[in-house]
Amino acid sequence: MKRVSKVLTALVLGTVLAGLAAGCGGGEKKADTIKVGANLEMTGGSASYGISSKNAIELAFKEINEKGGINGKQLELVVADNKSEAAEATNAMQKLVSQDNVVAVIGPNLSSSVIAASAINNSAKVLDIAPMATNPYVTVDQASGKTKDFNYRTCFIDPFQGTVMAKFATAELGVGNAAVLIDNSSDYAKGLAQFFKENFVKEGGAVTAEESYLQKDTDFKATLTKIKATNPDFLYVPGYYQEVGLIVKQARELGMNMPIAGGDGWDSAKMPEIAGAAALNNTYFSSLYSPEDSSDINKNFVAAYEKAYGQKPDVFAALSYDSALLVAEAIKNAGSTEPAKISEAMAKINGFSGVSGSVTFDDKHNPVKSAVILEYKDGAQSLKTKINP
Amino acid sequence: MDMGSLLHQFLQQLINGISLGSIYALIALGYTMIYGILKLINFAHGDIYMLGAYFGFVATTMFGFSFLPAILFAMACAAVAGIIIERIAYRPMRNAPRIAILITAIGVSFLLEYGMMLIATPQPRTFPAVFSADVYHLGPLVVNSQQVVILVSAIILMAVLTYIVQYTKIGKAMRAVSFDADAARLMGINIDRVISATFALGSALAAAGGVLVGIYYNSIDPLMGMVPGIKAFVAAVLGGIGIIPGAMVGGIILGVVEAMVSGFISSTFRDAAAFGILIIILLYKPAGIFGKNVREKV
Repeated sequence: MKRVSKVLTALVLGTVLAGLAAGCGGGEKKADTIKVGANLEMTGGSASYGISSKNAIELAFKEINEKGGINGKQLELVVADNKSEAAEATNAMQKLVSQDNVVAVIGPNLSSSVIAASAINNSAKVLDIAPMATNPYVTVDQASGKTKDFNYRTCFIDPFQGTVMAKFATAELGVGNAAVLIDNSSDYAKGLAQFFKENFVKEGGAVTAEESYLQKDTDFKATLTKIKATNPDFLYVPGYYQEVGLIVKQARELGMNMPIAGGDGWDSAKMPEIAGAAALNNTYFSSLYSPEDSSDINKNFVAAYEKAYGQKPDVFAALSYDSALLVAEAIKNAGSTEPAKISEAMAKINGFSGVSGSVTFDDKHNPVKSAVILEYKDGAQSLKTKINP
Repeated sequence: MDMGSLLHQFLQQLINGISLGSIYALIALGYTMIYGILKLINFAHGDIYMLGAYFGFVATTMFGFSFLPAILFAMACAAVAGIIIERIAYRPMRNAPRIAILITAIGVSFLLEYGMMLIATPQPRTFPAVFSADVYHLGPLVVNSQQVVILVSAIILMAVLTYIVQYTKIGKAMRAVSFDADAARLMGINIDRVISATFALGSALAAAGGVLVGIYYNSIDPLMGMVPGIKAFVAAVLGGIGIIPGAMVGGIILGVVEAMVSGFISSTFRDAAAFGILIIILLYKPAGIFGKNVREKV
């Protein structure tokens, strides 16, 4: 009983002190360390994302601290578990900004969680950078259409992949006309398809056919026969691997041997199993990151990550690593640990190069950055090229 | 588009449609049989088809069975599952109003879907290729050996089913129960056993469909029975629910209509066409193509 009351007293005192500290200008009380929060999916359905993120952020901070820290201070990571839930993400954000007094927050990865928690960090005027939240409303307020002052992200938004693929198809593959087959039940696929069409036409291409399907469909032969009759040089299918695998398989069976391409919904170990390795040859998809990227910073990152955790970094790890570096860069540029100044510095970041490419924020706090095109070769993914915006 | 390529497209769509339709037909056969005998629309039928696909998956991946033993194994397991479902979920409702049994069937359907999700995870699984898919080119047309196998299997199973229902003792008993259950019982027919046999047979057919589809599309998941189940229901109604050759014809017609609509109008209208047919049939010929308009005895 005594112990409990002691703990309670400490908690109450801590909260009060934290409130006081927040009241008079953020985390500047502590001289030697800078606290950065991470609001991550440590448990729950998306725990694998959060764990990758935590690993990568810890690695980034360790490397920075070994080099002497930022402005002479060491970075300290405070992780709060959001249990992969939007409501818990809000609680975690509240804890980070009001109790732990962090100067900036990294995460969550799930768009719905970032959107829910953004009210908290915006009213506390603490910047939040989401490594992998792709929904447009992560950084823009849905009701007013205004950019949220303190929300940033490290990944590009989904539709950008359509733009990238249009560029790749015309410039690298040299195709003049394309057909589009859209997953009509997903906003993600529709967004990609729309940007692909607009940009493909802008680059001088023609769209011969535009057809759609629904998730869980299994027979695409009728639609593919129709598409085949329009003789496209290229087929764009921005869906998820479960249907796309079948589409690729059935298209090849119908003798459609043109390049087929899509977005990161294709990225699954199941793809070669469903479509068959031979059918997947001559297919491409766009993605945020490839561990094969040959830039020096990425090579070092992959080597360090493998050494520390015994596995290759996934896309969540890569973008979280970049998020951590971006936060460090912003603190350095701000020359201060005042959260509002850090956010100002973040908005001004220009041409920062991370493991997933260079980052400059646009006025909606979305990074303008390069994408990678991966190719399936005999059932394995390989890096084809990098496309700059 | 010139006439030649239009004709070629039409023929290719016909092939696509028949191969899709034979899958609907396989599921519709079991649907129609259970309805014909019990007057029960077994909404869980599509999920028995899913169950059959998983049994086939287990047989081929874990036990290393080849095609024929795997499909027989799946049919046997699904038959047992069908009997159990009937025993547990439908038999206690035998004398309940029809709507109550219908709701029970929907409940069983969800139980199977999400129960399987719990056991096998929602991740789709890839079915091993137990026989190779040879592609035949007939001029500009493309046919796949698997499509032929599915069509032939559907026809064989339909023939076997017709034989059982028309010429065997249990088939006669089924028809007697269908005609008048009380009178059949008075004649000494064990109604419970007949109904169990009906479920076993219907479920075995669905399982055969599930395994064939698993091989054809090479991907199975716990919700794979949802849409085909509903489409097969449309096919059964189209052919005349309760009539075995009707299910076969209804399935093929539905498949061809879907292929033609996606091929010549738009893929978005495909499902609208399928369910449009259901509405038209129910409005103008509720007994279906093969159905005789018999007044139901009251």
